[in-house]
Amino acid sequence: MAGHSEYVPQSAAAKWLESRLPVISLVRGSFVDFPTPKNLNYWWTFGGILFFVLISQIITGIVLVMHYTPSTAAAFNSVEHIMRDVNFGWLLRYLHSNGASMFFIAVYIHIFRGLYYGSYKAPREISWILGVIIFLIMMATAFMGYVLPWGQMSFWGATVITNLFGALPVIGETIVTWLWGGFAVDNPTLNRFFSLHYLLPFMIFGVVILHVWAFHTTGNNNPTGVHPKSKQDTIPFHPYYTVKDAFAIVVFMILFAWFVFYSPNYMGHPDNYIEANPLVTPAHIVPEWYFLPFYAILRAVPDKLGGVLLMFGAIAVLFILPWLDTSKVRSGAYRPLFKQFFWIFAVNAVALGYLGAMPAEGIYVILSRICTAYYFAHFLLILPLLGFLERPTPLPASISEAVLKDGGSGSPAGAVSAPQTK
Amino acid sequence: MSTMIKMVRALTAAAAIAVAAPALAAGGHKPEVDRYQWSFAGPFGTFDRAQLQRGFKVYKEVCASCHGLRLVAFRNLAEEGGPGFTEEQAKVIASEYTVIDGPDDAGDMFERPAVLADRFPSPFPNEKAARASNNGAYPPDFSLIAKARAAHRGFPWFVFDAFTQYAELGPDYLVSLLTGYVEAPEHIEVPDGQYYNDAFLAGQFISMAPPLSDELVEYTDGTAMTTEQYAKDVSAFLMWAAEPHLEARKQMGFRVMIFLIIFAGLLYFTKQAVWRDVKH
Repeated sequence: MAGHSEYVPQSAAAKWLESRLPVISLVRGSFVDFPTPKNLNYWWTFGGILFFVLISQIITGIVLVMHYTPSTAAAFNSVEHIMRDVNFGWLLRYLHSNGASMFFIAVYIHIFRGLYYGSYKAPREISWILGVIIFLIMMATAFMGYVLPWGQMSFWGATVITNLFGALPVIGETIVTWLWGGFAVDNPTLNRFFSLHYLLPFMIFGVVILHVWAFHTTGNNNPTGVHPKSKQDTIPFHPYYTVKDAFAIVVFMILFAWFVFYSPNYMGHPDNYIEANPLVTPAHIVPEWYFLPFYAILRAVPDKLGGVLLMFGAIAVLFILPWLDTSKVRSGAYRPLFKQFFWIFAVNAVALGYLGAMPAEGIYVILSRICTAYYFAHFLLILPLLGFLERPTPLPASISEAVLKDGGSGSPAGAVSAPQTK
Repeated sequence: MSTMIKMVRALTAAAAIAVAAPALAAGGHKPEVDRYQWSFAGPFGTFDRAQLQRGFKVYKEVCASCHGLRLVAFRNLAEEGGPGFTEEQAKVIASEYTVIDGPDDAGDMFERPAVLADRFPSPFPNEKAARASNNGAYPPDFSLIAKARAAHRGFPWFVFDAFTQYAELGPDYLVSLLTGYVEAPEHIEVPDGQYYNDAFLAGQFISMAPPLSDELVEYTDGTAMTTEQYAKDVSAFLMWAAEPHLEARKQMGFRVMIFLIIFAGLLYFTKQAVWRDVKH
């Protein structure tokens, strides 16, 4: 990271600091001078967008905690206190609850970008695996956060999901009791979820640093999947990508604001405005929308343990994805067959999400099973076989060549020019 | 391009399945929920003060005998973005309610008239008492009812709702329910102590007797004194009770949107200028 810095300390103070802790060159090497492929498209801005959402969630969350009371007797009322009595409490709370949805919208786009352009392939396996770990911690954080308002869906969602661990043979029941801190979802459960909900985002932050460190060591992937060959293929991160990311983040904020200010409860469930009641089960217990594809996989299996294993398997398979895809070509842009299967997979994932929201009966169960089977077939059958069966289209010799072919005329020499010198 | 076509085809197929599926799965009672005009709908929506005051009157004279409003304080009635009562009026309204306070110096709880800082006292001390007085049924608290009830939208409507900002599912349902007491179809036998309602989400029979009828509540401003008008007014009032900062939210939203759109435009041109000489 720091190795990319061209920074030479000028002032006495900077020299003093650099010789003791080279933090200026570290930051400059990572986010200023860092050589970045010049052909990254807007799908690549979602990394920056995700970082923005993470920080936004942490800041709104810290302030919300100042007004929230983690106790089964007071949690629901304290959230309403935030909504009604705290200055701009409604804004903080809606930013935070919609922020979770925005986080998942962005992370799913980010993951699908990685899937399409083969960002998981050598040498970026570690970066990919760290990304899957972030995704897992995100899901845990979001799940526990949804429990905190102590509404009906909070309570029953927590009951359903924690009960899943009960499916494990022998130790299942013990684990569930341990998770709950008792014999049902109750005050100890709420308190530990609150504690962990505050802790995990900082762990996400830590793993994000590792995630960035890993792909800054290997260099960014890019839409061609071809490594930069010369200095002409790259541009410094700043100002090119700082301004591009900033633009994308602000456009994303417009989407965010649309929901926060005009449809703040669109992505929530009305039942969560009813206080938790262990004696009344809601007609349909549904998780938040971002868990629906996995929920559909869970319910597709008639056996509880099988369902749990398959649901976790759906994420576990992502860990070994770098070794399941046998194709030597990274970018889907040069893989005619893969491209089609990628889109089928994307539609299948959306279909799973829809099925997760439907009651587990009749045609929905059958469709869930078909879609679940296809989900795993994509990773375990199609990707390994495609590498052998597919004939990729010719790769460009370099990023610059690919850019010139698409972009028409012009001199590639301008690519490395620094606008600040003009 | 061929990928695009295939993608569209796959999406259409998935959509066709999704649309066909509910028809196959559905069988029982389907709540009939209509849509109504609301002054607070859309990006520039504001509450109609007169409507909220009328709705409060309906709540107070009809609903309040069974349904609480425990999260709403009397001071809220005089706050900006609400029914627009003056502080004096809100004080008078509060003083008509009795709340339990204490303990006093002798250690006893005592009753006193409510003040602005108090929240609406609930009609029953607890759920058991409420059920005992209501033939076993529990009249829910109304503080959040306009956000806690919504008819199922289903595909593809929920997709359009994100674009049209349809966020009035709660009040639409409440009006539909209050005006949904229709004659039961011939083949259906209505159990004793229950009523047929074609909008009720939880089933076709509801334990609440039709609460509204024409001329039930006296309006002094010339507004029609009909069941439907009462239902609309009280639903608007309950939307405010559930979301007292709705107006402030939408007004801030407009300013935020203007700012973000201009900021995004400036950043776009900055980005174009910075990238001018890079072929990418």
